[in-house]
Amino acid sequence: MISEASVEAAVKTTSAPRHIALVRVTHWIIVLSVIGLLVSGIGILISHPRLYWGETGNLGTPSLIDLPIPFIIGPSVWERPYHFFFAWILVLTGLTYVVGSFITHHFRRDLLPAKADLRWNRIVAVVSEHLNAKRTRARSASPTGRSLNRSAQPQDAKRKSDSGQPQDAKRKRDSAQPQEWEQPADAASTYNVVQRLTYLAVVFGLFPAILWTGLAMSFGVTSVFPILATALGGHQSARTLHFVCVVLLLLFVIVHILMVYLAGFWRSVRAMITGYVPQGGKAR
Amino acid sequence: MSKILARRSFITAGLATAAGASGLGAAVYFADRYGLIPPDHAGIVGVGETLTYATQRLLTSGHSLAREFKRSDISKVPVVNGPHPTDEKYLTLLADGFKDWRLSVEGLVARPVSFSLEELKRLPAESHITLHACEQGWSYIAEWTGVRLATVLDLAGTRPESRYVVFEPFANPNQSRTVVRVQWESIDMADALHPQTLLAYGMNGEALPADFGAPVRLRLGRQIGWKNTKYLSRIVLTDRRDFYRKGRGTWYGGI
Repeated sequence: MISEASVEAAVKTTSAPRHIALVRVTHWIIVLSVIGLLVSGIGILISHPRLYWGETGNLGTPSLIDLPIPFIIGPSVWERPYHFFFAWILVLTGLTYVVGSFITHHFRRDLLPAKADLRWNRIVAVVSEHLNAKRTRARSASPTGRSLNRSAQPQDAKRKSDSGQPQDAKRKRDSAQPQEWEQPADAASTYNVVQRLTYLAVVFGLFPAILWTGLAMSFGVTSVFPILATALGGHQSARTLHFVCVVLLLLFVIVHILMVYLAGFWRSVRAMITGYVPQGGKAR
Repeated sequence: MSKILARRSFITAGLATAAGASGLGAAVYFADRYGLIPPDHAGIVGVGETLTYATQRLLTSGHSLAREFKRSDISKVPVVNGPHPTDEKYLTLLADGFKDWRLSVEGLVARPVSFSLEELKRLPAESHITLHACEQGWSYIAEWTGVRLATVLDLAGTRPESRYVVFEPFANPNQSRTVVRVQWESIDMADALHPQTLLAYGMNGEALPADFGAPVRLRLGRQIGWKNTKYLSRIVLTDRRDFYRKGRGTWYGGI
């Protein structure tokens, strides 16, 4: 037996995935390449776990950061080719994601914040809303991410009604229809302003910075574009900044995974694999 | 999904696959023809190495110059990375100021030749203040003085089929045979003929110290530390792809 509601859900499901295929596929390839880069990068780092500023640096010269780990020289030789292998996967996948996202309007539709949201009080409101929701959730011991999503709803609806941005047209269309197929559809199908700004900063700030600082350590590349190294203060500065950027990326990943956990881990992971938020009671 | 739509997407996918496959085939053909495929192109990491090498060779095709520095930038404490050989042959040469040392140039050359240290020093000399950085992470700046490798290769007459130049250091009997074998290094002709590629016999205005590779070491402006072979004894030109240092890391050190 096929109920009316399930047909409607199926129609809606095929027309508007939570994440488009481009985002899903590139997301997981990037996850794998970042893991590969981290493992091989740590292998390179531990062969000389000291960081310097300027062009030169070694034992016997002043350092900027002394990481409290022993010097293990072997791995750098073996890890470096793997580091480049995964770097190429990351760069090519990242380019595919960026170009594809412009073509599919993913940036404009999902990540560009509405002008009305770019105010401090809005950003603070979103953050405090989240913190409150989490506290409420913890107290009520609700096993799903429902309470979080529901509490974020009024905020989201308010933002939509008073911002006249073109990217809001689609959302208005969405919100005009009843969301019987999925209760927290509104909050779950759009990102809030903090998420939007963070993802944009990672895509257009952090990843390019990691790539730049990595390229600035290449003799071949700096022979063509010396400014890549000199603008950063030199070869060792590039190495140090490469490390700092990766630490920032790791902080993002930790918070990202924490947020995914709070929103319902398997629910979110399934949405990023299949494109659709699973329905029904088994949210996690 | 309607039949027409299904057929259209099937045709599109087929065309895209065919275009991708023939594009890849053409890319490999032209990459090989223009020397963009490194000797260690095999295996999974070989894909990354090939992309790195091909991209950098296309970028650096105009003999791009490595960054050079001021005399005041020279590091006070250059790094000794492994002391000099301690076998009797090397110590005798060292004590003698390398009077009996000769550097031979062999392989795909019109006239195999060899040079004494004095003969090398009589060839046009030049100095470059460049950065020497190790894959591990440390680096120093030094002034290197020597003769361009291109000058020496010209004297020997490089045959046109040469693709790689192999650098062989003194064997160090204190090290195991395998270690000695893997101390060989090779570079492509683009770096061999590069104006900053020196057979260096001087460092920071003095004779090259023993621990830094005396009597003569290779100095590459555009490659990482371990490609700069120390204690040179023989240079061989070859077209053999398998003639590179196996058993560790990768071949191309432009990084």
